[in-house]
Amino acid sequence: MNNPRTTNNDEPITIRMSKEKFLTLQSTAVPLAVENIDTDQIIPARFLKATTREGFGENLFRDWRYDGDGKPKVDFVLNNPTFTGKILVAGKNFGCGSSREHAAWALYDYGFRVVISSFFADIFKNNALNNALLPVQVSDAFLKNIFTAIEKYPSAIIEVSLENQFVKLPDGTKESFEINPYKKACMINGYDDIDYLLSLQEEIKEFDFKSREPQATSY
Amino acid sequence: MSKPKTLFDKIWDAHVVKQKDGYPDVLFIDRHFIHEVTSPQAFDGLRKRNIPVFNTKRTTATADHNVPTKDQHLPIREALSRHQVETLRKNCAEFGIELYDLGHPFQGIVHIIGPELGLTLPGMTIVCGDSHTSTHGAFGNIAFGIGTSEVEQVLATQCVLQYKPKTMRIEVNGKLGKGVVAKDIILYIISKISASGATGYFVEYAGSAIENLSMEARMTICNMSIEMGARGGLIAPDSTTFNYIRGRKFAPQAEAFEQHVEQWMELKTDAGAVYDKVLTYDAADIAPMITYGTNPGMGIRVTDRIPTENELKEISEKNSFSKSLEYMGLEPGSQLLGKTVDYVFIGSCTNARIEDLRLVASIVKGKKKSPHVEVWVVPGSKQVEEQARKEGLDKIFEAAGFELRGPGCSACLGMNEDKIPAGKYCISTSNRNFEGRQGPKSRTFLASPLSAAAAAITGKVTDVRELL
Ligand code: SF4
Repeated sequence: MNNPRTTNNDEPITIRMSKEKFLTLQSTAVPLAVENIDTDQIIPARFLKATTREGFGENLFRDWRYDGDGKPKVDFVLNNPTFTGKILVAGKNFGCGSSREHAAWALYDYGFRVVISSFFADIFKNNALNNALLPVQVSDAFLKNIFTAIEKYPSAIIEVSLENQFVKLPDGTKESFEINPYKKACMINGYDDIDYLLSLQEEIKEFDFKSREPQATSY
Repeated sequence: MSKPKTLFDKIWDAHVVKQKDGYPDVLFIDRHFIHEVTSPQAFDGLRKRNIPVFNTKRTTATADHNVPTKDQHLPIREALSRHQVETLRKNCAEFGIELYDLGHPFQGIVHIIGPELGLTLPGMTIVCGDSHTSTHGAFGNIAFGIGTSEVEQVLATQCVLQYKPKTMRIEVNGKLGKGVVAKDIILYIISKISASGATGYFVEYAGSAIENLSMEARMTICNMSIEMGARGGLIAPDSTTFNYIRGRKFAPQAEAFEQHVEQWMELKTDAGAVYDKVLTYDAADIAPMITYGTNPGMGIRVTDRIPTENELKEISEKNSFSKSLEYMGLEPGSQLLGKTVDYVFIGSCTNARIEDLRLVASIVKGKKKSPHVEVWVVPGSKQVEEQARKEGLDKIFEAAGFELRGPGCSACLGMNEDKIPAGKYCISTSNRNFEGRQGPKSRTFLASPLSAAAAAITGKVTDVRELL
């Protein structure tokens, strides 16, 4: 049996900064109380043809935002001037479906920095974290409180502290959220995964070489 | 004796390059597939950092998502699609990656060509910037979809950072009824556990009903793992797997193949290994399935009524439920059977392998499609297309009034011209019924190739068992 190679835990890891840093955010929020919002709604496939990361915000929630003639639909929340802000609050199982990172780019490009939901699809969560967009998972009950608070007072300021891992409503109620310590450090410092991986090049090369020999990988 | 392990754990552990407390595992990737949509920004990243691809031999490229399925020999008409495919060409040439471009005999949907070329093998780790990478798990490997930042990581270092998911075992035991195929099994499972029921898990499918399936059918099952939220799904390899791989273009050949088989036989979950969750289903309970809503969990037996709001298990789903039915233009509590369909799409990485086309042909042979439906048959790859022609399936389709097109993703996601018009109903063998997935305002019923073929003949949602 191959044992995974573990390392000494205080070995320093050198990572360069390449993303925007995130500590705490205070902002009004946009409520979107729909469950199972899939990435095809966030950014429909026909808008995935760009070869850069920018500009996807224009087509964020395209088919909910605009009708067939490109006119804004008045009843969709992004077209409602009452609700603005850098926080999107959405129903359970946000980001399911396709692995397109364009969904995270579109949300970020539009101006969101945080998405709050009571459940996130795995790949979306990863993609968001890789793009300085913080997914905050709260309980169903707290999510409901947030929706109620915003709907009552659209100007309510919601505080999201990444450093201390909590979401706070204007009435002082708060709930803590979990985030993996590595990802937290990456977001706070603006680190990028790839720099960490590049620092391991030699180890990876050796691994690659070994696994190419027919008998090398025993299960 | 060491602790009993699941198959998933064995493969995962054998690929961890580095593990560090509080950090994600550094997971080595044996095989990487790329396509035109999720790779351009990753190559840009390499250029910005001025670094090469770590190991070009481990990445294979094809053009599939965007490509037209008619006149594939001509330049792509739509400018943005053409640009994306050209960008892929340029990137592959610049970084030295093998590309199966339009017109190449190996071109096709990325998850169809990997297995058919013998690039997908047991025991591997496989990734692609596409969520249906889970398809490859049918061969007993760890295969999952990644985002573009991760595509860049793999190109640059042949590794991704991953947290080990939890494991789930889904057993289906017993004999499948008449007219029930792999697609029905997976639609049934998803309808039971919902579109998010397996989030955070990696699934191993087992049980006699799974073991008796062909490789094509196993791929259909694993393909849709992501539709219940799972990162991926796998099935332990056995003689069915080895027979499929034997002689494939890039698979180990002759003696090397036998050596590998010996190793692959060890790819089994140990007796006594513990999963985080185990679910068991009875094959006899499964019937031809169809979805009525806008996520793949909203499925019923074709003979059942659409549920009413009160019959939903989770109150929290009610909001989405009425929105979904409104979008679909359907009434709660009504019958789907007999509902008129406008389009039939047979294609996608879920059901566009040769066996799927054979299933369709078995239903339509000697029959004609209903005059009001339009039927598109889009093979999963150039090789599938060739094989279909060799077997004369194209003649059967033609006689029935079906159109056999060139390979690609096509109406599965409507990125090319193959879009279902607004308001129209399409019975589709693909994997997603999301709002607008097959074109703005299109309405999708997901079903098996058998059920889709039956609907093509009758022009309405049909219980295929009546045609058998
Ligand atoms: S066929 Fe559909 S699901 Fe499969 S890779 Fe293409 S777009 Fe994705």
